[in-house]
Amino acid sequence: MSSSMLFNVTTISYMVSTLLFLAFLATKNKNVGFSGTMVAIFGFLLQTAAIGLRWKESYDLGRGHAPLSNLFESVVFFSWTIVLIFLIIDFKYKYRAVGFFVVPFALLGMAWAQLGLDSGIEPLVPALQSNWLLYHVITCFLGYAAFAVACGLSIMYLIREKQEDSSASSPAGGVIAMFPSVKVLDDLNYKAIMIGFPLLTLGIVTGAAWANYAWGTYWSWDPKETWSLIVWFIYAAFLHARITRGWVGRRAAILSVVGFAATIFCYLGVNLFLSGLHSYGK
Amino acid sequence: MTTTNDRGIAQMLWDFFCSLKLSIFLLIGLAITSIIGTVIPQVPVPSEYIQTISPFKLQLYGKLGFFDMYHSWWFILLLYLLTVNLIACSIKRLPRVWKIISEPTLVMDDGFERSLSLTHEIKATGTAPALKDKMAAFLKAEFAEPIVTEVSGEYHLFAQKNPYCRLGVYVVHLSIVIVFIGALIGSFFGYKAYVNIAEGSSVDSVESRSGKIMDLGFSVRCEKFAVSFYDTGAPKEFKSILTILENGKPVPGYENVKVIVNDPLTYKGITFYQSSYGAAGDTLYRFSVRKRTGGQPVPLITHEQDRTPLPDGSFMQIIGIAPEVGSDFPGCSGPGAKLEITRPDGRKEYSIVLLNPACRDFDEKRGGDLIFTFDGKDEKYFTGLQVAKDPGVWVVWLGCSLMVIGICMAFFMSHKRIWIRVGNGRVTLGGTASKNPAGFELVFQELAAKLDSGTK
Repeated sequence: MSSSMLFNVTTISYMVSTLLFLAFLATKNKNVGFSGTMVAIFGFLLQTAAIGLRWKESYDLGRGHAPLSNLFESVVFFSWTIVLIFLIIDFKYKYRAVGFFVVPFALLGMAWAQLGLDSGIEPLVPALQSNWLLYHVITCFLGYAAFAVACGLSIMYLIREKQEDSSASSPAGGVIAMFPSVKVLDDLNYKAIMIGFPLLTLGIVTGAAWANYAWGTYWSWDPKETWSLIVWFIYAAFLHARITRGWVGRRAAILSVVGFAATIFCYLGVNLFLSGLHSYGK
Repeated sequence: MTTTNDRGIAQMLWDFFCSLKLSIFLLIGLAITSIIGTVIPQVPVPSEYIQTISPFKLQLYGKLGFFDMYHSWWFILLLYLLTVNLIACSIKRLPRVWKIISEPTLVMDDGFERSLSLTHEIKATGTAPALKDKMAAFLKAEFAEPIVTEVSGEYHLFAQKNPYCRLGVYVVHLSIVIVFIGALIGSFFGYKAYVNIAEGSSVDSVESRSGKIMDLGFSVRCEKFAVSFYDTGAPKEFKSILTILENGKPVPGYENVKVIVNDPLTYKGITFYQSSYGAAGDTLYRFSVRKRTGGQPVPLITHEQDRTPLPDGSFMQIIGIAPEVGSDFPGCSGPGAKLEITRPDGRKEYSIVLLNPACRDFDEKRGGDLIFTFDGKDEKYFTGLQVAKDPGVWVVWLGCSLMVIGICMAFFMSHKRIWIRVGNGRVTLGGTASKNPAGFELVFQELAAKLDSGTK
C-alpha cells in the first residue's frame, strides 16, 4: 500500500461526504447528515495515515523530512487541517449543514493536489532544513483552515440573511431550513476566527523568528510576509467590527469572506503571480 | 472663547482617536495599501521593470514612494496613526476595565440581580449566618474563594475566576507598541550588511545595505567553504568554517565554527548567516606522473591554464576538466581531466585521468610510456555571508510573546463571576461571564443543581 493510493481514497471519501451533506440539505434526513460526518471522519483518518505513510516513505528514500515541503504536500496538509477544524466544530455544535459549505474546500484541495501537482518526494534544500519548518507550517495552515471554515459559515450567513430579508413574513423554507439561525452562524463564524487568528499570529511570529534565524531579518516585506500581514489586518478589523455598532452581522460576514480570499491569495496567489522567498509554488 | 474652542478641538481630536471606526478604517486601509508593494517591485527596482512602464508612471510612482512603499511617509504615517489610535482607545477604556477588576461589585442588590441573565433561587432552612458559612464553603470548593459582605442582615458572597483576562486585549495593544519600539531600536542602532570572504582570507569590515562601510571591531576569517549536493542535483548543504580574530589572534571558542543555512554564528551582537557562495577562481589541480619502466611518481601542481614542465622535458597542459564524468565512465563518478602532453620532439599525446580511487589506473591502460594519475583538486571558494546587528530584536520577541499571551487571554479565557445572597431561609445565586455565555450557562446550571441537592 502506498500513500498515493490512500490519498485517492481520501479524495473519494470527501466527495462522497460532500454529496451526502447535499443530500442532507435536500432530504432533511438526520441520518444522511450523520453519515456525511462519518464519511468525512473516515476520509480524515485515511488522510492522516497517508500523510504519516508519506513521511515514512521519504525516510525510505533517504530524504527523510516532514511532508510539508512542497506545494503538493502543503495542499494536502491544508485540506487535512480544514477537515480537522470542521470536525471539531461539527463535534461541538452538530450543525450538519455546515459540512456542505466546508468539506468542498478540502475536496477541492485534494482533487487539485492529485490531478494537477507534482507528488514526487524531493529532498529538503538547505533553507528548509530547520525545525521551524514544522512549527511555522502547522500553525499557518491550522489558521488558514479555521478561516476556510469561517468563510463557509459566512457564506451560509449571507445566504440565510438574504432569504430572511426577502421573505420576512414566511419562515425560511427549502434547503435553507436546515441552516443554523443567523445568530448562531454569526457566533460560529466568530468562534472559527477566534481559533484562526491566534494561529495566524503564531504562524507569522514563528515565520519571523525563522527568517531572523536563517537570514538575519525578522521582517523584510517579502510578498508572502506582506500578504500574511494583510490577512492579519483584515481579521483584526473583523474582530473590532464585532464590537462596533453598524459593523456587526452582514459586514462582519463580508469581512470574513474577504479575509479568506486574501488568505488564499497569500497561500497560492503570491507563489503563482508574485516573486519572493517562498518558492514552493514554482 | 479661544480656550473653549481649543478644548473643543482637543476633545474632537481625542474622540477621533478613540474611535473604533478609525481602527477598522486604518486596519482595512493598511491591508489595501500594503498590496501596492507586493505588485510593484521594491528597491532595488530591476531596470527591466523600469523599461516596461511609461515615464509618467515612473515619475508618479517615484513621487508617491511606491518603489519603497513600506518606508514611504504615508505608510509610516498610517502605522503611527494606528499606534496613536490603539493607545488612545486603551487609555479611554482601560480605567473602566481596571475598575471591574480592582473594585468588583461585591453586593448583588435587586437592581443588579435584574441585570444578570443567569439567576437561581433556593429555599433553605437555617439561620442566615449558618447558611452563609455553608455557602462560602460551597463556593470555595466548587468555584473560587468568595468575599463576604454583610448588608442589613443579609450576607452577600462574591467569587470570581480569571478577572485579569479582561486585560488581554490591552496586553495585545501594548505588545504591538513594543514590537514597533523594537523595530525602531533596530533601525537606529543596528544594520544589515553583506560580505564575501574568500577561503583563507579575512575581513574586518562589511558594507551595509545603504552602502556604508561598517567596522566590525574584530576580524572574521573563512577557513573553508564546502557545498554538497543530493543525487538529484539539488543542493544539500552550504557550509562555511569561520574563525573570529581579535588583534589577529583567534578567539577561544570561536575557532573553526561551522556556519550553515539555518545555523548562524553570533559574536559581540553581530550575527553571520550563510547566504551564498561562488568560485574565487584559482583552482589548483594535483596530478602525478611516473615512467612505465619504473621509478618514483613525480607530483605535479598546476592551474587550468598552466603549461607544466615534466622531468623528461615534456610539457603538460589541462585541455578539459569535468567536475563530474558521470555516465561517460561508468563506475568512475567524480571529476576527470583531459591532459595534453607535448613531448620534447613536438609529438602530442592525450591522456584521460579520473579522480575516483577505483579508476586511478585508467591512464595506465593507454599504453604510453608516461603514466598520469589525478590526485586531487583544491578548489577555492568564497562564502557570501549576510551580516546583521539588531539590538532591538529581543524587544520584538518580547512584543511577539506578549501578543500571543494577550490574544490567548482575550480569546480563550473568560472572567466568570458568581454572587450569592443569603437571607433568612432564602439563597439567591447570580452569575455572569465576559465570554462564551452558552458555556458559562452550563457551569452555572451545574452549580445551581449542586446547590439544590446540597441544601435539601
